[in-house]
Amino acid sequence: MITAKSVSKSYGDALVVDDVTITLPARGITSIIGPNGAGKSTLLSMMARLVGMDAGHVTIDGLDVVTTPSEALARRLAILRQDNHMTARLTVHDLVTFGRYPYSRGRPTEEDAVHVARALDYLGLTDLSGRFLDELSGGQRQRAFVAMVLCQDTDYVLLDEPLNNLDMKHAASMMRLWRDACRDFGKTVVIVLHDINFASWYSDHIVAMRQGRICRQGTPDEIIRTDALRDIYDMQIDVREIGGRRVCLFYE
Amino acid sequence: MTALRMDVFRGSHANPLLFCAVLFLIVVLAALSLFIGISNVSPSTLFGSGAEDRAMRVLLISRIPRTAAILLAGSALAIAGLVMQIIVRNRFVEPSTAGTTESASLGFLAVTILAPAWPLMAKMGVSALFALAGTALFLRILRFVPLRDVMLVPLVGIMLGGVIGAITTFFAYRFDLLPSVLAWTMGDFSGVLRGRYELLWIGFAATIMAYIAADRFTVAGMGRDFTTNLGLNYKAVMTLGLVLVSIIASVTLVSVGSIPFLGLIVPNIVSLMVGDNMRITVPWVAALGALFVLICDIVGRLMRYPYEIPIGVVVGVVGSAMFLYLLLRKRGPGA
Repeated sequence: MITAKSVSKSYGDALVVDDVTITLPARGITSIIGPNGAGKSTLLSMMARLVGMDAGHVTIDGLDVVTTPSEALARRLAILRQDNHMTARLTVHDLVTFGRYPYSRGRPTEEDAVHVARALDYLGLTDLSGRFLDELSGGQRQRAFVAMVLCQDTDYVLLDEPLNNLDMKHAASMMRLWRDACRDFGKTVVIVLHDINFASWYSDHIVAMRQGRICRQGTPDEIIRTDALRDIYDMQIDVREIGGRRVCLFYE
Repeated sequence: MTALRMDVFRGSHANPLLFCAVLFLIVVLAALSLFIGISNVSPSTLFGSGAEDRAMRVLLISRIPRTAAILLAGSALAIAGLVMQIIVRNRFVEPSTAGTTESASLGFLAVTILAPAWPLMAKMGVSALFALAGTALFLRILRFVPLRDVMLVPLVGIMLGGVIGAITTFFAYRFDLLPSVLAWTMGDFSGVLRGRYELLWIGFAATIMAYIAADRFTVAGMGRDFTTNLGLNYKAVMTLGLVLVSIIASVTLVSVGSIPFLGLIVPNIVSLMVGDNMRITVPWVAALGALFVLICDIVGRLMRYPYEIPIGVVVGVVGSAMFLYLLLRKRGPGA
């Protein structure tokens, strides 16, 4: 369980996250949605100790993310952010092996090797394991990072806009993959998403943010509704039910 | 526990035979370099008559220290470039394009003026502290550079180096130390004698440290968030890198002078060959750095025999050509 209590963060004069208190349920996919600048990514980064908070605290299974040794947290929680400033030429195998760093500190054991092989296999990267990251397509590279995160073998996985730069096919398979990972390994996955249809389709729980505050939260049925979405996005969004799932139409 | 270490030589990317060939070449050329010079030193004069021990003295006092200095400085400077590129996350920085070398030079000048009686080791320490401060200043300036353009970063470093170099030149001029400063900036192995190169072993120690911390540096090279996610302290890795680079820059500056481009070319070539996993690249960078300087030194000594062209000039000419090639080569996604 991830719990945030009275968490705030400002950059200069701009209050980005404003006194947020929330408990994210364990297991399954929780999506964080909301307009640009709502503070979604900042909140996620604070939960993963990437960004310090000005006030409040976050605990993961009771462990305070600020005071718990970073290495111990790395065995419980993994975060994947989009970093386009990628320069290092690592092979897929080396990258995935670094997922075991919190356990083996650069000296992978045979057990680590098993984890690596399993993660590569799970993502269909076994044949590409000797390739350098800069020789892969965008979708393959994304999968390599996902394999690393799976290899880190954490109960919690936080993903910051994982669908950016992915085409529809890869975006859908990425979401399916996390849904399956939740089912297969009992993980708790928290995803910052922009596309509310992806959130509607794949989430077990949705948290909506607006102007640095939590504006609503609940199941997709409770959030993906015209009135709720108007509160969140300030626009008229037509919601249709197709095959028991809710789909948003916001074009026009 | 039988740890499956990330093998130094794995797969096609790091051919162990090739690495052995490089090591063999270094040994052969190092042996050859011992016998180049005006004084007649050859296996026959060394072991032949026995009456003439002059050859042995030249070998021990001048030739062996010189070759050792070449190998140590070459490998350490190449490693400094490699570590620098990790810290800044830019392929075109090295100590001489980040203000590090110039700061080390300023520090050495300052201590020469203010405390001329201090032992060389202490002077080197001051120089390393200046190098550290100068590089930290460079990193701080980079935070304010809005566009992290690949080429902008080394340009900022070169400008900073220019400013610091100007300050050095000013004070060197005022205190009549211009020739010494010139000697530091122009790498030269001809003055290396026994007792005047041993500081370079500190650079070698820094190289070993870089190898020990190789995994941490590789992780840090993937960025702050990536590093924190794996439970590593990003700042601590950066600081370690800064300290290693500063130490290497100052010991080489003090002992043999600066050698431009070395830290730029060698790590870039190694990156193209075997990638950026430092557990694999550190031995390659160290070996190829040593080999590159060794070859340049031999060329410089033979070109106008019996006169000598300083190593800084030879490396500068060869290095700038190779640098141009690296720049103009079709840029990959990560370059």
